[in-house]
Amino acid sequence: MGVALALSLLVAPEDADQGISQRIFYIHVPIALTAYFCFGLGAWKALLLLWRGDARYDLESYVAIHQGTIFGALTLITGSIWAKASWGVWWTWDSNQLVLFLVLFLFYCAYFMLRFSIEEGASRSRSSAVYALFGVVLIPISFLAIRLAEDFIHPTVFTREGPQMTGTMFTAFCVSWAAVTLLAYVLYRVELAGKRLAIDLRELREALQ
Amino acid sequence: MTGGEYLAIAYGVVFVFVLAYVGIIAAKLARLQREASELLELARRQRPAPQGAEPVTREATRSA
Repeated sequence: MGVALALSLLVAPEDADQGISQRIFYIHVPIALTAYFCFGLGAWKALLLLWRGDARYDLESYVAIHQGTIFGALTLITGSIWAKASWGVWWTWDSNQLVLFLVLFLFYCAYFMLRFSIEEGASRSRSSAVYALFGVVLIPISFLAIRLAEDFIHPTVFTREGPQMTGTMFTAFCVSWAAVTLLAYVLYRVELAGKRLAIDLRELREALQ
Repeated sequence: MTGGEYLAIAYGVVFVFVLAYVGIIAAKLARLQREASELLELARRQRPAPQGAEPVTREATRSA
């Protein structure tokens, strides 16, 4: 993470158009990609739950979606700050990319409302899994919206011709992406271990009392 | 505000979020650790000690 910060803030050259505020790119885009990945992982675990019926996938799906929501919130906040610095507004409804990401984020926020409105058990696991699978449809739409829309103001950095940035910028981006992914993975493992421990302790308490 | 200030706010928000998240997880793990200790005590109280056996202390359990 330290290397990523050094590369992003000190080594990568300043953007000619946006100036120093363009460096938000090195944190905003990796966080957004990690949010997509977490939502995708949550949907994949949900599919495994429905397919194999193993209860452990329910918790894994829940933790992945929880991570995705946190990174999604960070995506919206950092994106909003970058929008204010670059476009002069905190938010615009004209960009499909922004609106679709907000829809994706709110969809997965509602996942928690659904999950905690049902009593714990197989029914809750299945309902949560089905909902998580529905949400995954929004991921490619949100990701590709920027390429499908013609009247957008959100910049396109990765095109068919490759990344539209210098080698140093691309290196800084890749290192930042790796660092954020690693951070998300560590947080995922720690949260999952904590939740499993809590379940084990609850069962142990019930057995002892 | 200048571009540098926006940059500082963006990175600062991420830092604060991650710090808060780690803090919440650490607090939860500390609570689970306390709960595990309580359950260990409960299990010790429920299990009768064998005749003539030395009582098992927490230090002895940890060193094992």
